[in-house]
Amino acid sequence: MTHFSALSLLKNALTGHRSWTPQWPESQPKAEYDVVIVGAGGHGLGAAYYLAKEHGITNVAVIDKGWLGGGNTGRNTTIIRSNYLYDESARLYDHALDLWDGLSQELNYNVMYSKRGVMMLAHNVHDVQSFQRHIHANRLNGVDNRWLTAQEAQAFCPPLNISPRARYPVMGAALQKRAGTARHDAVAWGYARAAASRGVDIIQNCPVTAIRRGSDGRVTGVETAKGFIRAKKVAVSAAGNTTVVMDSAGVRLPLESFPLQALVSEPVKPIFPCVVMSNTVHAYISQSDKGELVIGSGTDQYTSYSQRGGLPLIEHTVAAICEIFPIFNRMRMLRKWGGVVDVTPDRSAIVGKTPVPGLYVNCGWGTGGFKATPGAAHTLAWTVAKDDPHPANAPFTLERFTTGRLIDEAAAAAVAH
Amino acid sequence: MLLIHCPYCEEILPELEFTYAGEAHIARPADPSAMSDGEWRDYLFIRSNVRGPHYERWRHAHGCGRFFNAVRDTVTDRFLTTYKAGEPRPDLSSIKETAE
Repeated sequence: MTHFSALSLLKNALTGHRSWTPQWPESQPKAEYDVVIVGAGGHGLGAAYYLAKEHGITNVAVIDKGWLGGGNTGRNTTIIRSNYLYDESARLYDHALDLWDGLSQELNYNVMYSKRGVMMLAHNVHDVQSFQRHIHANRLNGVDNRWLTAQEAQAFCPPLNISPRARYPVMGAALQKRAGTARHDAVAWGYARAAASRGVDIIQNCPVTAIRRGSDGRVTGVETAKGFIRAKKVAVSAAGNTTVVMDSAGVRLPLESFPLQALVSEPVKPIFPCVVMSNTVHAYISQSDKGELVIGSGTDQYTSYSQRGGLPLIEHTVAAICEIFPIFNRMRMLRKWGGVVDVTPDRSAIVGKTPVPGLYVNCGWGTGGFKATPGAAHTLAWTVAKDDPHPANAPFTLERFTTGRLIDEAAAAAVAH
Repeated sequence: MLLIHCPYCEEILPELEFTYAGEAHIARPADPSAMSDGEWRDYLFIRSNVRGPHYERWRHAHGCGRFFNAVRDTVTDRFLTTYKAGEPRPDLSSIKETAE
């Protein structure tokens, strides 16, 4: 693996960039692995990396039906934050945020993590009370988050319309300065490159059609388009398609798959300094380093695997953006797309063991999985290696839907997050 | 935008008139106190989340206001059929033929 540095960049620049080598090999499946991870998104690739790096398990394959990072990893709006209400969520998302901090150096790959701040707008009295509750809860948990008046919010983000006559008046905002964005593709590529350099096989364009179990109930391997692959342990991290894979192992999960859409504008000069989210009108916006405005909308109301979603949601989101930021009224939108997100009833993830020995699952991240990428990957690898959860993911069990110990971020946020 | 046939109004109308109401044919438990925690979990939280033809409920919220059932392919988002609440679950093979 070529080490990236100013020196290697200079050397290759002088030779016309002709001697760069592929960052990971085109792997073909072996007959048997210690661990097979289904789904080569950021979470799955990251888990393979941490298995190899922290637990010395290198006989690992990451298998994907498409190309790596082509699912929700490449389709999200790249927002990173950890200002969740409940103690369990605060621990898990802040664990992820701690890992984000040193990720570029650790992977020797620039994931462009930019702590530009995430500001959540309060448009009514309920928002104000709910956000202030979040801020107090976050402070008790040592999570960065603070309250801004409307004027302070506008000072932080000048395009914001805080006129009292606005369609969506701004009554204040919650600001997490430590939050921000990262380059989503680079996260997948960085993890893939680092994992492959430690011996992990990344097998693309190879759908996993079923999980096989032995007569003792234990996992024995996976059926794929390239034949049966034996595995001592299998971890499924397949986002919207998780239930399809897990059904074949006889494990039913409390998940439903919904389309979630995003869109980008034409690229323009730097105008937008942070990320702004408005849960009440369901729009969020930031500007990529390329200059595009990146806009996210809510989930469609119906379940679907179509990776498309309906136009009314986009219209609603863009209308809200134009009201809150009138300066963007005449901005042209370039592309829109959808991803399939796996949503749990309490809007919190499931990371941990399943009733099947040797089978693990990382799912239910719903509309907010990107921000958790290093944390989900790290705790999933820990759980697989030790057959026991990490303290950060211990509460995020599948059993909570039987015992009733839900982590009810759904009620806390009242919207997708 | 989806176009949805309301089996009461006998009209095909845009999705905006309708609200989705989850998977269909999930019966409320007849004897709730006799159910185990596992059975409650299945009733409350476990859904089939089918990749393909999905039986689901819709409500014609901005029309007749009534609930009805539909079969929609979750890969193409195409409706195979809609039918009135209380009617039995239609057989998949026959509706696929009619839809084609």
